Parts: sequence; structure tokens; C-alpha cells
Amino acid sequence: MLHKTINKSEFRKLVDLLMENEEVIAPKQIGSDIKGKAIHQYLPVSTFDEIDLDYEITQYSAKTYFLPYCENLSTCTFDDDDWTQNISYRLQPRILLGLHACDINALLKLDKVMTRDSFPSPYYVSRRKNTFIVGIDHEPCEGGFCQAVGADVVTHGFDLFLTDLGDRYFVAINSDRGFNVLSRVRIKNITQADTKAYLEARQALAPVFETPYMHNLPNLLDIEFESPVWEKWGAKCLSCGSCAMVCPTCYCYGVGERISMDCSSSYKEKQLYSCNLLDFASVSGGHNFRAKKETRLKYRYYHQHRGFSETYEEPLCVGCNRCGRVCLAGINPPEIIKDLQLEGIR
Amino acid sequence: MKYLGIDPIKPKIAVFDFTSCEGCELQLANKEDTLAGFLNAVEIVTFREISSAASDDYDIAFIEGAISRSDEITRLMDIRKKAKVLVALGSCACFGGVNRMKNAYDLNQANREVYGKIAKETLPVRSVKEIVPVDLEIHGCPVSKAEVERIVQHLVWDIPYTQPVYPVCFECKQRYATCSFDLGQLCLGPITRGGCGAPCPVGGLSCWGCRGPSEDPNYEEFFRIANEYGYGDDEIEERLNFFGGFEGVR
Repeated sequence: MLHKTINKSEFRKLVDLLMENEEVIAPKQIGSDIKGKAIHQYLPVSTFDEIDLDYEITQYSAKTYFLPYCENLSTCTFDDDDWTQNISYRLQPRILLGLHACDINALLKLDKVMTRDSFPSPYYVSRRKNTFIVGIDHEPCEGGFCQAVGADVVTHGFDLFLTDLGDRYFVAINSDRGFNVLSRVRIKNITQADTKAYLEARQALAPVFETPYMHNLPNLLDIEFESPVWEKWGAKCLSCGSCAMVCPTCYCYGVGERISMDCSSSYKEKQLYSCNLLDFASVSGGHNFRAKKETRLKYRYYHQHRGFSETYEEPLCVGCNRCGRVCLAGINPPEIIKDLQLEGIR
Repeated sequence: MKYLGIDPIKPKIAVFDFTSCEGCELQLANKEDTLAGFLNAVEIVTFREISSAASDDYDIAFIEGAISRSDEITRLMDIRKKAKVLVALGSCACFGGVNRMKNAYDLNQANREVYGKIAKETLPVRSVKEIVPVDLEIHGCPVSKAEVERIVQHLVWDIPYTQPVYPVCFECKQRYATCSFDLGQLCLGPITRGGCGAPCPVGGLSCWGCRGPSEDPNYEEFFRIANEYGYGDDEIEERLNFFGGFEGVR
């Protein structure tokens, strides 16, 4: 990895240049809630001033630009006794600007699922390869626990990564296209003072909030499978799936066939689903393997913190706590994990 | 027009309106881009809003509206005898709809309020299934034509269709909406059946529950949340009673 610095005015110039030819998606404030707290989303922007790089967290993750909620997988058109299938996953290159480390780590986890196994998803791969990612360092957000799951730092999975040094950014360059893009503006080689300022800036990003202790969590989950903690939190669950929708890593989905009303075409539609929805584990014949909401909630946590860890040696969760924030019932990982730990030592 | 190489049978369809605004019927004639295909897939024999022709020979009867008069009961029972499949179309037919609010008042008083001195014969409002057996319900105020299309495809071509069991929140999130509760509005989204695509909360008006309850709704937690956000029991009760789908849950 190469490191350079870029003045903030030069960076602005760079973004303006990129906007001339490419779609730029960046954090943008869309309003405030009743408590006056700013609401941000990753949205396409057309001017630099629309971007708010100092945002705390976006309401929705950037997942949607890689795994859309609804996606047309293939279209068939019928012509008498013949038919033609059309599959399209081509995407115009685009730029995703201002991702925090947790959201880039989330993409790295999705990469493991979507790109590595025997059947990589061409839809995902196309979006991933055609998206130029510029990350930015930020102090942990309120309620977040990225440090507890090791997702507060990121070393790959992006093209450029910025750390704010006041009048300039310390830039980590992680791809040749990242390097090439920077050649369009003035950048500087790093000095000893830059390195010192970078390390100090990183140190200043230490957690200011209490984060859960998650060491040995897969084992704890194994031991606490029958714990009353699941009933306690499960009783609150509205089975609405909001948690999985805002989650940067939940990737479960369903596929259905849609047929046009004139029978001339059909398409295969993929829709992201949630393991908390009542019929997630319903099978033909009417049996539901997870008919109880506490069971569904439990398995969501087991997949995130145990099942995924067994396969990929790391949790699926990146500690952004978007699920905890979106949940009207207040179900959130730090409190559940704390409850489980207390249960374990009781 | 063939489906899987077979010419599908075109069922004869009849649409009837009872106590309602006739908006759900109108939805059947909407969605112009696929209307030709829709009309080609079925044979409409009775549908007052699009044709003055009428026939008593039909396979599927769509019933719009609630039942609020004795002559409506007779008419509905007659339709039930003639129809192979009877579909309740929209919230009024499924739950009684907004008309059901009348049941909370003295009938004569309600009558006077609406008709003044020219009082009409009236009964407490009932849903279609409270009078005759219903084979299928299509929820919504109004119904979504897209959902009607899928149900017609299910009835005509045997294409699998199940109504969503999840609450409105799920689709609301898939449309990147900000939670109505966070914007200072009481919302029935967490307990109301999805499938509508959450047009109201996405458009800035929280959910009023027109599609009735989702499957296995968590009322206890929902009431706790609504209270916690500062909504009183009366306000929650009023909201629940608006479309009639939540009668008796509190």
C-alpha cells in the first residue's frame, strides 16, 4: 500500500473531476429526526457541497449498492414455442465516497460469501468491481462497537482511504486505479510529520463509548443456546426484518418468478429477506422450522456471531449497530451479548 | 396467449359493489400498461364501472364493499350461490373498512348525522366473511392492482402466490424510508400486513393499517412502544379502529 497526502482543496477538485464522467454516491444529510439528530444516507450526488464527509453514521448501509433489495436476475421473452433468456449484470462504473471502515469491512465479508465459493455471484462481482471506493476514517459512532469485532480499521477492500489531518488528508492507496485517479490532481509524498500526524489521528479515534466484550463469543453462544435471554429479547421482536434491511452484511434472499399479464415475458426476481420474518423457515407442506420469534431472533445472532465465525474465522457483524438503532423494540447486540455474559457467570 | 404452451381457460369474472367508495373496483381498471393483458386473461361479464352489460353466469365474483343493509345480505347470498370462487376485494369487504366505525355509535344517531331527516334502512356494518364463506381476501384501501394481477394469475394459471406475512416495516425499509416514529408520527406499520410496498410511510404519511394485521403480530410490544413514544391509549385505539381490521385486539 502506498501513502500520500492531498490538500483538501485538491481533494474537492478531484471529486469535481470525477463527477464529470461518473456517478458519485456519498453520504448526504436528508433531514433530522424529532430529536434533531441528523439523518444521513448514501445517495447519488451531483455537487461536492451535497456531501457531508463528517457524518456519524448513515441510516442504511452501502450494501444496497451491491446487493439491491430487489433485483431482476433474468428475463425471458416467449415467442410461440420458442423463448429467449436475457441476463444482464453490466453496470456503469461508479464511485462510492465516504465509507467508514466498518462498511468497507462489511463488503470484505460479503466478498467472502459472494465471490469466493464455487458459485460466485456475477451480479455482486460486477457491482463490486465497477465501484470505486473511497473510505474515510471517523471516530466510532454512538452505540457502535466496531472495535469489539475488529472492524474499526481496514487495510484493503477500497481504492483510496482518507484520514483527516486538518488541512489535508493522509491517503492510503490500495489499487492501481486509485493511484491513476490521484494523478489527475496534485498529491504529495508523505513526510515524517505526516506519518506522526496520521498515527496521532488514529490514536484519537479510540472508543469514547463502552463497547461489549465479545471475546470467546462463539463458545458463549454454544453454551447459552437454551438461555432464557433469548425468550426475554425474542418476546420484544416485531418480526419486521428492519434489522436485516439496514444491516451491512445480512444477505439472505428469496427468488420468485414473475410473469407478465400478457404471458409474453417473465422474469426471475431476487428479494432480500430476513430470518426474523415469520415464514423464513417455512417449507412446503406447511411446517415452519422457526415458528417462534425468539428462535428466529436467536438464529440471527447465531449466524452473525457463531455460524459465520466457524466458516470464515470472523463474525459477520461489523459492530455498526444499525440494527439496534432501527429496532423500535430496542433489541440490540451490545445488550443481548451483555445479558448472555451475565447469564453465563450467574 | 399461451401459458407453458397451453391455452389457459378464461374464467368469467363479475365485480359487485356494496357499501364502499368503489375505489377498489376502479383499481381493477387501472395500471394501463398491463390492462390489455389483464382483460385478455379473463372474461369480464359483469362490471358496472366499465360496461353496462351484465350476466348471471360467472366463475369468480369480486365483492367490493362492506355489508350494511338487509337487501345487501340477500344479494350477497345470491352471488355466493352462483360463484365458484368468491373474492373479498379491499378493506371494506375484508373487515368492514372505514364504514365499520359506525358500529361504535348509536345506529339512529349515525343515520341522522349522514342522511338528516331522510333516514335510510341500515344495519351494523359487517365484512363479507361475516355473511358468506370467502375463498380469498385481497387487502388494502384501495387494493393494489399489482397484487390483484398476481392473484388473478394464481386463480387462472395456477401460478403460486402467497400473501406476505410480514409487516409493512419490511417493505418500508426496502424503500429507504425514515421510520415514522422517528419523525413524530404514530404508525401501525409494525403490526400491519405488508405487500403494499409501503406507499404511505414512504410518502410521509404513517401507516393507518388498511391491510389489517400481519401474521402473528406482536401487539403487546407494539402497544408498549407506542406508549413509550408518547401516544395515549385513546389515540392508538382510534388508529386501530380506522379500517376495521384490528377490531378486538385491544
